[in-house]
Amino acid sequence: MAESQQLWLIPALPLLGFLINSTVGRKMSKQFVSFIAIASVVASFLWVAKTLNALGALDQPHVEHYFTWIASGTFSVGFDFSVDRLTSIMLLVVTGIGSLIHIYATGYMAHEGGYYRFFAYLNLFMFFMLILVLAANFLLLFVGWEGVGLCSYLLIGFYFLEKSAGDAGKKAFIVNRVGDFGFSLAMFLVFINFGSLDFGTVFGKAATLQPEHSAGMITAICLLLLVGAAGKSAQIPLYVWLPDAMAGPTPVSALIHAATMVTAGVYMVCRSSSLFNNAPLAMETVAIVGTATAFFAATMGLAQNDIKKVFAYSTVSQLGYMFLGAGVGAYSAGIFHVVTHAFFKALLFLGAGSVIMACHHEQDMRWYGGLRKKIPVTFGTLCCAWVAIAGIPPFSGYHSKDAILLAAYEHARPLFWIGALTAAMTAFYVSRAMFLTFFGEYRGPNPHPDHGHGGHDDHAHGDDHAAHGHDAHAHKDHGHGHQEIKESPAVMTIPLVILALLSLGGGFFNIPDWLEPVLGSSHAEHDPTAVAVLYATFIVGIGLAYVMYVLSPSLPDKLASSFKGLHTLIYNKYFVDEVYDVTIVHPITEGSRYFLWKGVDAGLIDGAVNGAGSVSRWLGGTLRHLQGGNIRSYATWVAAGAVFVVLAMSVWGGVR
Amino acid sequence: MLDLVLFLPLIGFLLALLVPAEKAKYFALIFSLVLFVISLGLIGPVLANPGEYSFVTDTPWISTPNIRYHIGLDGLSLWLVILTTFLTPLAILISWNYIGHRMKEYYAFLILLEFGVIGVFVSLDLFLYYVFWEVGLVPMYFLIGIWGHDRRIYAAVKFFLYTMVGSVLMLVAIIYLYLKSGTFDYTVILQQMASGQLKLTPEEALPLFLAFFVAFAIKVPLFPLHTWLPDAHVEAPTAGSVMLASVMLKMGTYGLVRYCLPLFPNAARECAPWIVGLAIIGIVYGALVALVQPNMKKLVAYSSVSHLGFVVLGVFSFNQLALDGAVYQMLNHGVSTGALFMLVGMMYERRHSLEIKDYGGVATQVPHLATVFLITTLASVGLPLLNNFVGELLVLQGAAMVNISWAVFAAIGVILSACYMLWLYQRVFLGRTSHDTAHHFEGQDLKTREWVAILPLLALMVWMGVAPMGFLTPISVADNKTLQQSKLNVELKVTAPAPPALPVSAGTTVQVAQTAAGVNNAR
Repeated sequence: MAESQQLWLIPALPLLGFLINSTVGRKMSKQFVSFIAIASVVASFLWVAKTLNALGALDQPHVEHYFTWIASGTFSVGFDFSVDRLTSIMLLVVTGIGSLIHIYATGYMAHEGGYYRFFAYLNLFMFFMLILVLAANFLLLFVGWEGVGLCSYLLIGFYFLEKSAGDAGKKAFIVNRVGDFGFSLAMFLVFINFGSLDFGTVFGKAATLQPEHSAGMITAICLLLLVGAAGKSAQIPLYVWLPDAMAGPTPVSALIHAATMVTAGVYMVCRSSSLFNNAPLAMETVAIVGTATAFFAATMGLAQNDIKKVFAYSTVSQLGYMFLGAGVGAYSAGIFHVVTHAFFKALLFLGAGSVIMACHHEQDMRWYGGLRKKIPVTFGTLCCAWVAIAGIPPFSGYHSKDAILLAAYEHARPLFWIGALTAAMTAFYVSRAMFLTFFGEYRGPNPHPDHGHGGHDDHAHGDDHAAHGHDAHAHKDHGHGHQEIKESPAVMTIPLVILALLSLGGGFFNIPDWLEPVLGSSHAEHDPTAVAVLYATFIVGIGLAYVMYVLSPSLPDKLASSFKGLHTLIYNKYFVDEVYDVTIVHPITEGSRYFLWKGVDAGLIDGAVNGAGSVSRWLGGTLRHLQGGNIRSYATWVAAGAVFVVLAMSVWGGVR
Repeated sequence: MLDLVLFLPLIGFLLALLVPAEKAKYFALIFSLVLFVISLGLIGPVLANPGEYSFVTDTPWISTPNIRYHIGLDGLSLWLVILTTFLTPLAILISWNYIGHRMKEYYAFLILLEFGVIGVFVSLDLFLYYVFWEVGLVPMYFLIGIWGHDRRIYAAVKFFLYTMVGSVLMLVAIIYLYLKSGTFDYTVILQQMASGQLKLTPEEALPLFLAFFVAFAIKVPLFPLHTWLPDAHVEAPTAGSVMLASVMLKMGTYGLVRYCLPLFPNAARECAPWIVGLAIIGIVYGALVALVQPNMKKLVAYSSVSHLGFVVLGVFSFNQLALDGAVYQMLNHGVSTGALFMLVGMMYERRHSLEIKDYGGVATQVPHLATVFLITTLASVGLPLLNNFVGELLVLQGAAMVNISWAVFAAIGVILSACYMLWLYQRVFLGRTSHDTAHHFEGQDLKTREWVAILPLLALMVWMGVAPMGFLTPISVADNKTLQQSKLNVELKVTAPAPPALPVSAGTTVQVAQTAAGVNNAR
């Protein structure tokens, strides 16, 4: 137990990969870059496995102290890592899924420019993400927290020639900064109230707090932590960055914006569970925010045409479930869903990437269709993700989602019903995506060479240019006419198959029981009504999608035109971006420009300064003599002034 | 040895005037490098005892009035002196091809500037201090006025007048202190105050404090006394901007810590809420105005107003964390803003414009420059593991311990810093290059000389962010002494009306609580 496990190696290995690839990767072959990138992450995964094996049951957290990072007065924060049961789950997910996605990415990015840059960023992301989950205090967690945000910024903006990609990256960073504002204030309050930022100390003290003692302060801390979590995990009202983040390469969407980074908020809330347990109001807020996010994001996912956007809103929605779980006290169910979601959502994105590559970087599902025979492995694996996310027993999503919703059923009936409705919508939008992509007839450009690039003019119809951002890049790759739509190489399909198996069987990992000593029990009664409702959700969702997109494909358009107002609202994501623009962004920039800068700065202050301008000009005339470099005359002036002041002072001082 | 480090620049200045113009830059570079290496020798002894002055020389300079040549170095001034000797060679390197006329004078002035600035940081006699304060002003005035851009005369005069107004006020206060105490020697004055021999009534202390404070606040610059800074930066040559931002502004913040707190603790505490208010306004205001600047240098200048607001906030929070953070932030700002001005200068040499709209998408042409700029940007916005984060964290945490609302408003500045810096980065480097930019942009990536100038700063950003304790420990010790001194004087104050006690939150364990309690007991 006391024996050092060299935990630092876990993040250090990807850091080494980053350093190698970022310095010499430019000059090296793609094979070299891929090798370094994959080897560093896989080695990290193996080290995690070895460490966890050595640590065994982890009844007590294993803490390692390396050095004091920042200390001043009573404030002291170390570079400390800690592994407990919660960390062990996160470590396995991050390094395991991370390894698979690195491998996949070598196939997906094979023909892209900036190959070394991509993998350097990806390794850097792994470094920060592992710091985040290994951190033994709030400040170090914050280091990882900001670091993954940076990598997210870099990777969203990977295709930086496109303005939309740069915009999306910047938006992600700034919205996350708003969340971090809450996180850092929470940290300040934690230190003021607990005298430490160490998890062990803070949570130890928090667990012994009397409920009535400083309830207001704990609630404030928890609500501020929630602000931070809402930024990172894309919850209302800070979710707006995540859909735009799809401008990044698809493996990034899978790794960062689905499986790992965006779950950091959930992790942080669960990590702080002993604080939240003392703040019922904050917990209710978490549950309500989560439910609302789950619901609204699902409605937005209903009408998207870009396959990645569908999955992006789906991610926001699923993260909402995790918050709902934490909010009703079922922390371990929330983490369970983090894990199963990592499996099936990573698979959905990687599968989508495979489809997108097969269709020559077309992301609009209206130009897909009938692909199941052309890319059978992708189709087969995506079906596994489909049944998992739709909540069909006994596949993974069923176990975790139902654990959350059953806990909600016991705790707060309305939240359960909204959650169940959301589950039906989830089954619907994923089925819709599957039917549009793989069933029916192929609707894309005729792959016959005679048609040349005809298909690509269709990009003009795309309404979501952000997601199309990098197409211009990709196009150069197939200037040699259209190839057939063909299956992705093994380096991509093998990760898909592994993730498919995990999506199917991942529900049988008994994560809630493993986490019970850390996060408490989240076991809920299997109320027959609730279970029946949950069975109904996926049947209704899939059935409706089948009717609308297979049996009667003209129905969606008819519905859209008969509910035009509602459709427009959902299709445009409730105009939230526009509202933020008008109420926040615009007033800040215009106010700063015309009031603060031109008004206060140039007008008021400088006006006053230049108003003394007649004096200045006279002095300026004097000063101009100085420009010749006559230092002696300057010195004379200073000395004369000093003498004058001394005289004046002695007279004045004497008077007093 | 401190005498050597102090006076070598003066000798260097004179020598630089003697060497041929075309050799001046080589001379200046080698000279400043040698000085830097020598100055490294100062570190060891100061680290051994950072709370006391090392390398003290104390001899009479002028007998009547009694002005002494009294210098010394402690944990507070050490890194500022090193920062100055460290940045001067880099500033010379960055001027290498940029300065085309009157080269001899240019490099001579850069070295003279070093003389004045080091003098300010090591003086322990108030009159000596004042002399160096003025000495530093002169070369900067000429650097802007001779080698600046189009509106250089306006900017130089504005810079000079603003600073002079403050200097004169400070001089009056210094002379008043002399008349009261019979000495200009700062350490003697402090001793007199500690022993009760020198007593300042509140009616005296407040105007004296304000006179010092205004001089420093102009130099910092603190809102609303900042409008000279954007003009000075925009018009100054690159090296002028670097030295101005990195070390000259620190003359103001250093003065606040060194003189304002120990000499006038009561007045400082009395005014603290107002000053903190201005600092916080400056943090947010500077960031907002930076957001909408069309000119790169102006943007960085306003960002300085914002960053230095953190320093002032830290100083006037009166606790160990905030003061440590403030002093560390002086160094951080010197490193990262110095680097930003260098990088903007490098961009200027490639495009001959400071307007953001004249750039766009140049990352493809100068990928290394873009990467270095990005790292510097990230340091500037306070990303953890880079330098600024440590200082900002300590300032905010320390301020939060006094009054959480201070931290709330100041932290808004942290959000906004990401907005203006990332937007700047995007508009300059990302996207596609317009035809016009492509035509006018000389797309050569970082040259060896530029690498040599910028790499040390990048290394420091990482070093100071990952392993700050080496720098922070001596600062902490010196700050602790400063806080003790200001506390000592508070307790002596028996008859004076007590200042409004700072709102202190329950968990505060550092000096603030103790001193506030001391004041209350005294009543």
